[in-house]
Amino acid sequence: MTTEHIVKAFDQDLRRLDTIIAEMGGLVETQFAAAIEAMLQRDVERAEQIIAADERVDELEKELDRSVIKLIALRQPMADDLRMMIAALRIGGAIERIGDYARNIAKRTLALAQAPPVAPAQTVARLGELVLEMLRNALDAYLARDAAMAYDVRRSDHDADAMYTSLFRELLTYMMEDPRNITSCTHLMFAAKNVERIGDHITTIAENVIYLVSGDVPENKRPKGDETSTVVASIPTADRR
Amino acid sequence: MNALSSAPEALSGPTVYHPRAGGQGHNLESDRFNLWYGATQALFDVTFAVERGLVTALIGPSGCGKSTLLRAINRMNDLIDGLKVSGEIRVDSRNIYSSDTDVIALRKRMGMVFQKPNPFPMSIVENVIYPLRVDGVRDRRLLAETAERALTDAALWDEVKDRLQDNALGLSGGQQQRLCIARAIAGEPDVLLMDEPCSALDPIATARIEELIDELREQYTIVLVTHNMQQAARVSDNTAFMYLGRLIEYGETEAIFTAPRDTRTQGYITGRFG
Repeated sequence: MTTEHIVKAFDQDLRRLDTIIAEMGGLVETQFAAAIEAMLQRDVERAEQIIAADERVDELEKELDRSVIKLIALRQPMADDLRMMIAALRIGGAIERIGDYARNIAKRTLALAQAPPVAPAQTVARLGELVLEMLRNALDAYLARDAAMAYDVRRSDHDADAMYTSLFRELLTYMMEDPRNITSCTHLMFAAKNVERIGDHITTIAENVIYLVSGDVPENKRPKGDETSTVVASIPTADRR
Repeated sequence: MNALSSAPEALSGPTVYHPRAGGQGHNLESDRFNLWYGATQALFDVTFAVERGLVTALIGPSGCGKSTLLRAINRMNDLIDGLKVSGEIRVDSRNIYSSDTDVIALRKRMGMVFQKPNPFPMSIVENVIYPLRVDGVRDRRLLAETAERALTDAALWDEVKDRLQDNALGLSGGQQQRLCIARAIAGEPDVLLMDEPCSALDPIATARIEELIDELREQYTIVLVTHNMQQAARVSDNTAFMYLGRLIEYGETEAIFTAPRDTRTQGYITGRFG
Protein backbone atom coordinates (compact mmCIF):
# COMPACT_ATOMS: atom_id res chain seq x y z
CA MET A 1 0.00 0.00 0.00
CA THR A 2 1.78 3.10 -1.17
CA THR A 3 -1.15 5.49 -0.82
CA GLU A 4 -0.60 8.19 1.73
CA HIS A 5 -2.55 8.60 4.95
CA ILE A 6 -5.05 11.40 5.33
CA VAL A 7 -3.00 12.49 8.34
CA LYS A 8 0.34 13.35 6.74
CA ALA A 9 2.26 13.38 10.03
CA PHE A 10 1.51 9.66 10.32
CA ASP A 11 3.34 9.04 7.04
CA GLN A 12 6.29 11.06 8.28
CA ASP A 13 6.41 9.01 11.48
CA LEU A 14 6.27 5.77 9.52
CA ARG A 15 9.04 6.93 7.19
CA ARG A 16 11.12 7.77 10.26
CA LEU A 17 10.80 4.14 11.44
CA ASP A 18 12.08 2.97 8.05
CA THR A 19 14.98 5.41 8.26
CA ILE A 20 15.98 4.23 11.74
CA ILE A 21 15.85 0.58 10.73
CA ALA A 22 17.81 1.30 7.54
CA GLU A 23 20.47 3.15 9.53
CA MET A 24 20.67 0.41 12.17
CA GLY A 25 20.87 -2.25 9.46
CA GLY A 26 23.57 -0.37 7.58
CA LEU A 27 25.69 0.12 10.71
CA VAL A 28 25.39 -3.48 11.83
CA GLU A 29 26.13 -4.79 8.35
CA THR A 30 29.33 -2.71 8.25
CA GLN A 31 30.34 -3.75 11.76
CA PHE A 32 29.75 -7.42 11.11
CA ALA A 33 31.76 -7.31 7.86
CA ALA A 34 34.54 -5.44 9.64
CA ALA A 35 34.50 -7.92 12.56
CA ILE A 36 35.07 -10.85 10.21
CA GLU A 37 37.87 -9.00 8.42
CA ALA A 38 39.54 -7.89 11.65
CA MET A 39 39.39 -11.46 12.94
CA LEU A 40 41.05 -12.79 9.79
CA GLN A 41 43.74 -10.09 9.77
CA ARG A 42 44.23 -10.16 13.56
CA ASP A 43 43.64 -6.41 13.53
CA VAL A 44 43.26 -5.38 17.19
CA GLU A 45 42.80 -1.67 16.49
CA ARG A 46 39.95 -2.32 14.07
CA ALA A 47 38.34 -4.69 16.55
CA GLU A 48 38.37 -2.02 19.24
CA GLN A 49 36.66 0.45 16.90
CA ILE A 50 33.92 -2.09 16.25
CA ILE A 51 33.38 -2.64 19.97
CA ALA A 52 32.99 1.10 20.50
CA ALA A 53 30.64 1.58 17.53
CA ASP A 54 27.96 -0.75 18.91
CA GLU A 55 26.71 1.97 21.24
CA ARG A 56 25.17 3.92 18.35
CA VAL A 57 23.10 0.88 17.33
CA ASP A 58 21.78 0.54 20.88
CA GLU A 59 20.80 4.22 20.89
CA LEU A 60 18.95 3.83 17.60
CA GLU A 61 17.09 0.81 18.90
CA LYS A 62 15.91 2.81 21.90
CA GLU A 63 14.73 5.59 19.60
CA LEU A 64 12.91 3.02 17.46
CA ASP A 65 11.18 1.58 20.54
CA ARG A 66 10.11 5.02 21.71
CA SER A 67 8.78 5.94 18.27
CA VAL A 68 6.77 2.73 17.96
CA ILE A 69 5.24 3.09 21.43
CA LYS A 70 4.31 6.68 20.63
CA LEU A 71 2.72 5.69 17.32
CA ILE A 72 0.69 2.89 18.91
CA ALA A 73 -0.52 5.20 21.68
CA LEU A 74 -1.33 8.21 19.52
CA ARG A 75 -2.42 6.75 16.20
CA GLN A 76 -3.90 3.33 17.02
CA PRO A 77 -2.51 1.81 13.83
CA MET A 78 -4.49 -0.89 12.04
CA ALA A 79 -3.83 -3.58 9.45
CA ASP A 80 -0.50 -3.09 7.62
CA ASP A 81 0.31 -0.10 9.83
CA LEU A 82 -0.18 -2.28 12.90
CA ARG A 83 1.96 -5.02 11.37
CA MET A 84 4.62 -2.38 10.70
CA MET A 85 4.71 -1.53 14.43
CA ILE A 86 5.14 -5.17 15.46
CA ALA A 87 7.65 -5.92 12.70
CA ALA A 88 9.67 -2.76 13.44
CA LEU A 89 10.01 -3.71 17.11
CA ARG A 90 11.07 -7.27 16.32
CA ILE A 91 13.37 -6.37 13.44
CA GLY A 92 14.95 -3.58 15.50
CA GLY A 93 15.54 -6.06 18.32
CA ALA A 94 17.08 -8.61 15.95
CA ILE A 95 19.41 -6.03 14.38
CA GLU A 96 20.49 -4.86 17.82
CA ARG A 97 21.33 -8.46 18.81
CA ILE A 98 23.30 -8.94 15.57
CA GLY A 99 25.28 -5.83 16.55
CA ASP A 100 26.02 -7.42 19.95
CA TYR A 101 27.29 -10.59 18.28
CA ALA A 102 29.49 -8.57 15.89
CA ARG A 103 30.94 -6.85 18.95
CA ASN A 104 31.52 -10.25 20.59
CA ILE A 105 33.40 -11.43 17.51
CA ALA A 106 35.55 -8.30 17.74
CA LYS A 107 36.25 -9.08 21.41
CA ARG A 108 37.38 -12.60 20.44
CA THR A 109 39.72 -11.01 17.93
CA LEU A 110 41.54 -9.28 20.79
CA ALA A 111 42.23 -12.70 22.33
CA LEU A 112 42.84 -14.47 19.02
CA ALA A 113 45.52 -11.96 18.05
CA GLN A 114 47.59 -13.10 21.02
CA ALA A 115 47.34 -16.82 20.22
CA PRO A 116 49.05 -18.61 17.33
CA PRO A 117 47.15 -18.36 14.00
CA VAL A 118 45.28 -21.50 12.85
CA ALA A 119 43.87 -22.45 9.47
CA PRO A 120 40.18 -22.83 10.46
CA ALA A 121 40.01 -19.01 10.84
CA GLN A 122 39.52 -19.04 7.06
CA THR A 123 36.48 -21.28 7.40
CA VAL A 124 35.00 -19.03 10.08
CA ALA A 125 35.47 -16.09 7.70
CA ARG A 126 33.75 -18.05 4.90
CA LEU A 127 30.82 -18.76 7.21
CA GLY A 128 30.83 -15.06 8.05
CA GLU A 129 30.66 -14.11 4.37
CA LEU A 130 27.72 -16.45 3.82
CA VAL A 131 25.81 -15.01 6.80
CA LEU A 132 26.73 -11.45 5.82
CA GLU A 133 25.14 -12.05 2.43
CA MET A 134 21.99 -13.29 4.19
CA LEU A 135 21.95 -10.12 6.29
CA ARG A 136 22.22 -7.91 3.20
CA ASN A 137 19.39 -9.79 1.53
CA ALA A 138 17.19 -9.65 4.63
CA LEU A 139 17.66 -5.88 4.94
CA ASP A 140 17.02 -5.43 1.20
CA ALA A 141 13.89 -7.57 1.50
CA TYR A 142 12.73 -5.32 4.34
CA LEU A 143 13.31 -2.06 2.48
CA ALA A 144 11.72 -3.45 -0.69
CA ARG A 145 8.87 -5.17 1.24
CA ASP A 146 9.76 -8.30 -0.73
CA ALA A 147 8.28 -11.44 0.89
CA ALA A 148 9.68 -13.82 -1.75
CA MET A 149 13.20 -12.60 -1.07
CA ALA A 150 12.59 -12.97 2.68
CA TYR A 151 11.50 -16.59 2.15
CA ASP A 152 14.79 -17.19 0.28
CA VAL A 153 16.78 -15.75 3.17
CA ARG A 154 14.91 -17.94 5.62
CA ARG A 155 15.73 -21.04 3.60
CA SER A 156 19.42 -20.14 3.27
CA ASP A 157 19.89 -20.25 7.06
CA HIS A 158 20.00 -24.01 6.60
CA ASP A 159 23.25 -23.68 4.58
CA ALA A 160 24.80 -21.55 7.30
CA ASP A 161 23.85 -24.09 9.96
CA ALA A 162 25.31 -26.94 7.90
CA MET A 163 28.54 -25.02 7.37
CA TYR A 164 28.71 -24.29 11.09
CA THR A 165 28.40 -27.99 11.94
CA SER A 166 31.21 -28.93 9.58
CA LEU A 167 33.34 -26.08 10.96
CA PHE A 168 32.74 -27.43 14.45
CA ARG A 169 34.14 -30.83 13.36
CA GLU A 170 37.12 -29.14 11.70
CA LEU A 171 37.97 -27.26 14.90
CA LEU A 172 37.71 -30.44 16.99
CA THR A 173 40.08 -32.18 14.59
CA TYR A 174 42.66 -29.38 14.82
CA MET A 175 42.51 -29.41 18.60
CA MET A 176 43.04 -33.17 18.78
CA GLU A 177 45.90 -32.98 16.32
CA ASP A 178 47.93 -30.50 18.34
CA PRO A 179 47.02 -29.24 21.84
CA ARG A 180 48.78 -25.94 21.07
CA ASN A 181 45.85 -25.12 18.75
CA ILE A 182 43.34 -25.39 21.58
CA THR A 183 43.37 -21.71 22.66
CA SER A 184 42.91 -20.34 19.13
CA CYS A 185 40.41 -23.00 18.13
CA THR A 186 38.29 -22.43 21.27
CA HIS A 187 38.08 -18.70 20.55
CA LEU A 188 37.25 -19.45 16.93
CA MET A 189 34.54 -21.83 18.06
CA PHE A 190 32.90 -19.06 20.06
CA ALA A 191 33.28 -16.65 17.16
CA ALA A 192 31.65 -19.21 14.87
CA LYS A 193 28.84 -19.68 17.37
CA ASN A 194 28.28 -15.92 17.29
CA VAL A 195 28.07 -16.00 13.49
CA GLU A 196 25.61 -18.87 13.66
CA ARG A 197 23.44 -16.95 16.13
CA ILE A 198 23.53 -13.94 13.79
CA GLY A 199 22.08 -16.26 11.15
CA ASP A 200 19.16 -17.07 13.48
CA HIS A 201 18.44 -13.39 14.08
CA ILE A 202 18.53 -12.77 10.32
CA THR A 203 15.85 -15.45 10.05
CA THR A 204 13.80 -13.44 12.55
CA ILE A 205 14.16 -10.37 10.33
CA ALA A 206 13.09 -12.37 7.27
CA GLU A 207 10.06 -13.84 9.08
CA ASN A 208 8.94 -10.39 10.15
CA VAL A 209 9.31 -9.05 6.62
CA ILE A 210 6.96 -11.85 5.53
CA TYR A 211 4.55 -10.92 8.33
CA LEU A 212 4.76 -7.24 7.47
CA VAL A 213 4.05 -7.80 3.79
CA SER A 214 1.43 -10.54 3.92
CA GLY A 215 0.18 -10.84 7.48
CA ASP A 216 1.26 -14.49 7.40
CA VAL A 217 3.39 -15.92 10.15
CA PRO A 218 5.63 -18.57 8.57
CA GLU A 219 4.81 -21.65 10.59
CA ASN A 220 6.43 -24.69 9.08
CA LYS A 221 9.59 -25.38 10.98
CA ARG A 222 12.53 -24.43 8.86
CA PRO A 223 15.08 -27.22 8.48
CA LYS A 224 17.69 -26.88 11.21
CA GLY A 225 21.20 -27.66 10.04
CA ASP A 226 23.02 -27.03 13.31
CA GLU A 227 23.89 -30.49 14.61
CA THR A 228 26.81 -29.51 16.82
CA SER A 229 24.92 -30.48 19.95
CA THR A 230 25.31 -34.12 18.93
CA VAL A 231 28.81 -33.97 17.42
CA VAL A 232 31.42 -35.92 19.38
CA ALA A 233 35.11 -36.26 18.84
CA SER A 234 35.76 -39.89 18.05
CA ILE A 235 39.12 -40.73 19.51
CA PRO A 236 40.37 -44.13 18.42
CA THR A 237 41.01 -46.25 21.53
CA ALA A 238 44.38 -47.38 20.14
CA ASP A 239 45.72 -43.83 20.47
CA ARG A 240 45.04 -43.73 24.18
CA ARG A 241 47.56 -46.39 25.09
CA MET B 1 -27.75 -20.14 0.50
CA ASN B 2 -26.74 -20.69 -3.11
CA ALA B 3 -26.05 -17.01 -3.55
CA LEU B 4 -23.45 -16.90 -0.77
CA SER B 5 -21.38 -19.64 -2.30
CA SER B 6 -21.45 -17.89 -5.67
CA ALA B 7 -21.52 -14.22 -4.74
CA PRO B 8 -22.14 -11.96 -7.72
CA GLU B 9 -19.28 -9.86 -8.98
CA ALA B 10 -19.84 -6.18 -8.39
CA LEU B 11 -18.45 -3.72 -10.90
CA SER B 12 -15.59 -3.03 -8.52
CA GLY B 13 -14.65 -6.65 -7.98
CA PRO B 14 -16.13 -9.46 -5.93
CA THR B 15 -16.78 -9.26 -2.21
CA VAL B 16 -14.11 -11.00 -0.15
CA TYR B 17 -15.62 -13.40 2.40
CA HIS B 18 -13.91 -14.88 5.45
CA PRO B 19 -16.45 -14.60 8.29
CA ARG B 20 -16.20 -16.55 11.49
CA ALA B 21 -18.99 -19.10 11.89
CA GLY B 22 -20.93 -18.82 15.13
CA GLY B 23 -21.95 -22.46 15.07
CA GLN B 24 -25.64 -21.58 15.51
CA GLY B 25 -26.47 -20.93 11.89
CA HIS B 26 -27.57 -17.70 10.25
CA ASN B 27 -30.09 -15.30 11.68
CA LEU B 28 -30.25 -13.00 8.74
CA GLU B 29 -29.31 -13.35 5.14
CA SER B 30 -28.96 -10.58 2.62
CA ASP B 31 -29.04 -12.08 -0.84
CA ARG B 32 -28.10 -9.89 -3.81
CA PHE B 33 -29.97 -7.08 -2.14
CA ASN B 34 -30.26 -3.83 -4.11
CA LEU B 35 -31.92 -0.65 -2.91
CA TRP B 36 -32.78 2.57 -4.73
CA TYR B 37 -33.85 5.94 -3.35
CA GLY B 38 -35.69 7.14 -6.44
CA ALA B 39 -33.16 7.04 -9.28
CA THR B 40 -30.19 6.76 -6.93
CA GLN B 41 -28.98 3.28 -6.17
CA ALA B 42 -27.78 3.08 -2.55
CA LEU B 43 -27.04 -0.64 -2.22
CA PHE B 44 -25.57 -2.93 -4.85
CA ASP B 45 -25.93 -6.71 -4.70
CA VAL B 46 -25.22 -6.92 -0.98
CA THR B 47 -24.85 -10.57 -0.10
CA PHE B 48 -23.88 -11.81 3.33
CA ALA B 49 -25.19 -13.82 6.27
CA VAL B 50 -25.28 -12.67 9.89
CA GLU B 51 -24.22 -15.41 12.28
CA ARG B 52 -26.63 -16.09 15.12
CA GLY B 53 -25.29 -15.12 18.55
CA LEU B 54 -22.39 -13.07 17.21
CA VAL B 55 -21.78 -9.34 16.96
CA THR B 56 -21.49 -8.11 13.39
CA ALA B 57 -20.11 -4.62 12.78
CA LEU B 58 -20.88 -2.61 9.64
CA ILE B 59 -18.16 -0.09 8.87
CA GLY B 60 -17.40 2.23 6.00
CA PRO B 61 -17.16 5.91 5.14
CA SER B 62 -20.20 8.19 5.37
CA GLY B 63 -22.68 7.50 2.63
CA CYS B 64 -21.41 3.96 1.99
CA GLY B 65 -24.84 2.46 2.70
CA LYS B 66 -24.23 0.89 6.09
CA SER B 67 -27.12 2.67 7.83
CA THR B 68 -29.34 2.08 4.80
CA LEU B 69 -28.56 -1.61 5.04
CA LEU B 70 -29.25 -1.66 8.80
CA ARG B 71 -32.58 0.10 8.24
CA ALA B 72 -33.43 -2.26 5.39
CA ILE B 73 -33.20 -5.16 7.83
CA ASN B 74 -36.32 -4.04 9.73
CA ARG B 75 -37.88 -2.22 6.77
CA MET B 76 -37.51 1.19 8.33
CA ASN B 77 -36.85 2.64 4.89
CA ASP B 78 -40.36 1.70 3.73
CA LEU B 79 -41.82 5.16 4.25
CA ILE B 80 -39.28 6.90 2.04
CA ASP B 81 -40.75 8.00 -1.28
CA GLY B 82 -39.46 6.25 -4.34
CA LEU B 83 -37.89 3.40 -2.40
CA LYS B 84 -37.34 0.35 -4.53
CA VAL B 85 -35.61 -2.90 -3.68
CA SER B 86 -34.60 -6.10 -5.43
CA GLY B 87 -33.09 -9.26 -4.13
CA GLU B 88 -33.96 -10.61 -0.70
CA ILE B 89 -33.29 -10.11 2.95
CA ARG B 90 -34.26 -13.27 4.75
CA VAL B 91 -34.96 -13.73 8.43
CA ASP B 92 -35.17 -17.38 9.37
CA SER B 93 -35.25 -18.21 5.66
CA ARG B 94 -38.27 -15.97 4.94
CA ASN B 95 -37.92 -12.98 2.66
CA ILE B 96 -38.96 -9.93 4.68
CA TYR B 97 -39.73 -8.02 1.46
CA SER B 98 -42.33 -10.54 0.30
CA SER B 99 -45.87 -9.17 0.16
CA ASP B 100 -47.16 -11.34 3.02
CA THR B 101 -44.64 -10.05 5.57
CA ASP B 102 -46.16 -8.59 8.75
CA VAL B 103 -43.94 -5.55 9.12
CA ILE B 104 -45.03 -4.83 12.68
CA ALA B 105 -44.24 -8.40 13.73
CA LEU B 106 -40.90 -8.13 11.93
CA ARG B 107 -39.92 -4.96 13.79
CA LYS B 108 -40.79 -6.60 17.11
CA ARG B 109 -38.19 -9.21 16.37
CA MET B 110 -35.63 -6.51 15.57
CA GLY B 111 -34.75 -4.30 18.55
CA MET B 112 -33.37 -0.99 17.34
CA VAL B 113 -31.05 1.44 19.12
CA PHE B 114 -30.25 4.79 17.54
CA GLN B 115 -27.37 7.29 17.61
CA LYS B 116 -28.95 9.67 20.07
CA PRO B 117 -30.70 8.19 23.07
CA ASN B 118 -34.44 8.64 22.50
CA PRO B 119 -36.26 7.80 25.73
CA PHE B 120 -39.96 8.68 25.77
CA PRO B 121 -41.02 11.54 28.07
CA MET B 122 -42.36 9.20 30.72
CA SER B 123 -41.03 7.30 33.72
CA ILE B 124 -38.04 4.98 33.53
CA VAL B 125 -40.13 1.89 34.09
CA GLU B 126 -42.80 2.94 31.59
CA ASN B 127 -40.11 3.41 28.96
CA VAL B 128 -38.91 -0.16 29.41
CA ILE B 129 -42.33 -1.81 29.38
CA TYR B 130 -43.65 0.37 26.56
CA PRO B 131 -43.35 -2.44 23.97
CA LEU B 132 -45.50 -4.68 26.19
CA ARG B 133 -48.03 -1.91 26.84
CA VAL B 134 -48.41 -1.45 23.09
CA ASP B 135 -49.09 -5.17 22.85
CA GLY B 136 -51.84 -4.76 25.47
CA VAL B 137 -50.12 -6.62 28.29
CA ARG B 138 -51.77 -5.74 31.62
CA ASP B 139 -50.39 -8.39 33.95
CA ARG B 140 -48.64 -6.23 36.59
CA ARG B 141 -46.33 -9.02 37.70
CA LEU B 142 -45.23 -9.76 34.15
CA LEU B 143 -44.63 -6.05 33.51
CA ALA B 144 -42.58 -5.67 36.70
CA GLU B 145 -40.55 -8.80 35.98
CA THR B 146 -39.90 -7.72 32.41
CA ALA B 147 -38.78 -4.26 33.56
CA GLU B 148 -36.34 -5.73 36.07
CA ARG B 149 -34.98 -8.32 33.63
CA ALA B 150 -34.52 -5.84 30.79
CA LEU B 151 -32.93 -3.22 33.03
CA THR B 152 -30.66 -5.85 34.57
CA ASP B 153 -29.64 -7.14 31.13
CA ALA B 154 -28.97 -3.56 30.06
CA ALA B 155 -26.73 -3.09 33.14
CA LEU B 156 -28.90 -0.25 34.42
CA TRP B 157 -30.96 -1.91 37.18
CA ASP B 158 -28.63 -1.10 40.09
CA GLU B 159 -28.52 2.56 39.10
CA VAL B 160 -32.27 3.10 38.70
CA LYS B 161 -34.03 0.50 40.87
CA ASP B 162 -34.80 3.08 43.57
CA ARG B 163 -36.22 5.65 41.19
CA LEU B 164 -38.12 3.69 38.60
CA GLN B 165 -40.93 6.24 38.60
CA ASP B 166 -38.63 9.19 37.87
CA ASN B 167 -38.78 10.79 34.46
CA ALA B 168 -36.37 9.06 32.08
CA LEU B 169 -35.23 12.38 30.65
CA GLY B 170 -33.47 13.06 33.96
CA LEU B 171 -30.96 10.27 33.32
CA SER B 172 -27.49 10.94 31.95
CA GLY B 173 -26.83 10.38 28.25
CA GLY B 174 -25.15 7.04 28.84
CA GLN B 175 -27.95 5.92 31.16
CA GLN B 176 -30.55 7.03 28.61
CA GLN B 177 -28.83 4.96 25.95
CA ARG B 178 -28.78 1.90 28.22
CA LEU B 179 -32.45 2.56 28.93
CA CYS B 180 -33.11 2.51 25.19
CA ILE B 181 -31.26 -0.80 24.99
CA ALA B 182 -33.41 -2.09 27.88
CA ARG B 183 -36.52 -0.99 25.98
CA ALA B 184 -35.22 -2.66 22.82
CA ILE B 185 -34.65 -5.98 24.59
CA ALA B 186 -37.81 -5.89 26.74
CA GLY B 187 -39.79 -7.38 23.87
CA GLU B 188 -37.24 -10.23 23.60
CA PRO B 189 -36.21 -9.57 19.99
CA ASP B 190 -34.05 -11.99 18.00
CA VAL B 191 -31.75 -9.33 16.69
CA LEU B 192 -30.52 -6.04 18.12
CA LEU B 193 -29.79 -3.43 15.48
CA MET B 194 -27.58 -0.61 16.71
CA ASP B 195 -26.95 2.49 14.62
CA GLU B 196 -23.94 4.32 16.06
CA PRO B 197 -25.10 3.68 19.63
CA CYS B 198 -22.11 5.42 21.23
CA SER B 199 -21.51 8.38 18.95
CA ALA B 200 -23.23 10.79 21.36
CA LEU B 201 -21.61 9.38 24.50
CA ASP B 202 -18.41 10.14 26.42
CA PRO B 203 -15.65 7.49 26.65
CA ILE B 204 -16.82 6.09 30.01
CA ALA B 205 -20.44 5.72 28.88
CA THR B 206 -19.11 4.24 25.62
CA ALA B 207 -17.08 1.67 27.55
CA ARG B 208 -20.22 0.71 29.53
CA ILE B 209 -22.20 0.17 26.31
CA GLU B 210 -19.35 -1.87 24.85
CA GLU B 211 -19.24 -3.99 28.00
CA LEU B 212 -23.00 -4.41 27.67
CA ILE B 213 -22.71 -5.50 24.04
CA ASP B 214 -20.18 -8.07 25.19
CA GLU B 215 -22.63 -9.42 27.79
CA LEU B 216 -25.59 -9.44 25.41
CA ARG B 217 -23.81 -11.29 22.65
CA GLU B 218 -24.75 -14.73 23.86
CA GLN B 219 -28.48 -14.03 24.10
CA TYR B 220 -28.84 -11.83 21.05
CA THR B 221 -27.55 -11.44 17.58
CA ILE B 222 -26.24 -7.90 17.31
CA VAL B 223 -25.68 -5.86 14.16
CA LEU B 224 -23.81 -2.67 14.89
CA VAL B 225 -23.14 0.29 12.61
CA THR B 226 -20.18 2.31 13.82
CA HIS B 227 -17.87 5.04 12.63
CA ASN B 228 -15.48 4.19 15.40
CA MET B 229 -13.21 1.53 14.02
CA GLN B 230 -11.57 0.79 17.32
CA GLN B 231 -15.06 0.09 18.64
CA ALA B 232 -15.79 -2.31 15.80
CA ALA B 233 -12.46 -3.99 16.50
CA ARG B 234 -13.16 -4.24 20.22
CA VAL B 235 -16.73 -5.53 20.28
CA SER B 236 -17.49 -7.40 17.06
CA ASP B 237 -16.85 -10.96 15.92
CA ASN B 238 -17.33 -10.27 12.23
CA THR B 239 -16.92 -7.01 10.36
CA ALA B 240 -18.46 -5.98 7.07
CA PHE B 241 -16.73 -3.17 5.19
CA MET B 242 -18.96 -1.26 2.80
CA TYR B 243 -17.92 1.29 0.22
CA LEU B 244 -20.07 3.16 -2.30
CA GLY B 245 -23.06 0.93 -1.61
CA ARG B 246 -21.15 -2.29 -2.08
CA LEU B 247 -20.04 -4.89 0.42
CA ILE B 248 -16.29 -5.01 -0.14
CA GLU B 249 -15.13 -7.42 2.52
CA TYR B 250 -16.96 -9.45 5.15
CA GLY B 251 -14.76 -11.34 7.53
CA GLU B 252 -13.56 -12.18 10.97
CA THR B 253 -12.91 -8.93 12.82
CA GLU B 254 -9.42 -9.85 13.94
CA ALA B 255 -8.38 -10.61 10.37
CA ILE B 256 -10.05 -7.44 9.06
CA PHE B 257 -8.05 -5.27 11.43
CA THR B 258 -4.70 -7.07 11.29
CA ALA B 259 -4.54 -8.34 7.72
CA PRO B 260 -7.49 -7.28 5.55
CA ARG B 261 -7.58 -8.98 2.18
CA ASP B 262 -8.97 -6.16 0.06
CA THR B 263 -6.80 -3.09 -0.48
CA ARG B 264 -9.86 -0.82 -0.13
CA THR B 265 -10.58 -2.25 3.32
CA GLN B 266 -6.97 -1.69 4.22
CA GLY B 267 -7.06 1.86 2.87
CA TYR B 268 -10.12 2.73 4.91
CA ILE B 269 -9.18 1.22 8.26
CA THR B 270 -5.66 2.61 8.15
CA GLY B 271 -6.94 6.09 7.36
CA ARG B 272 -5.68 6.38 3.81
CA PHE B 273 -9.03 7.32 2.31
CA GLY B 274 -12.57 7.75 3.43
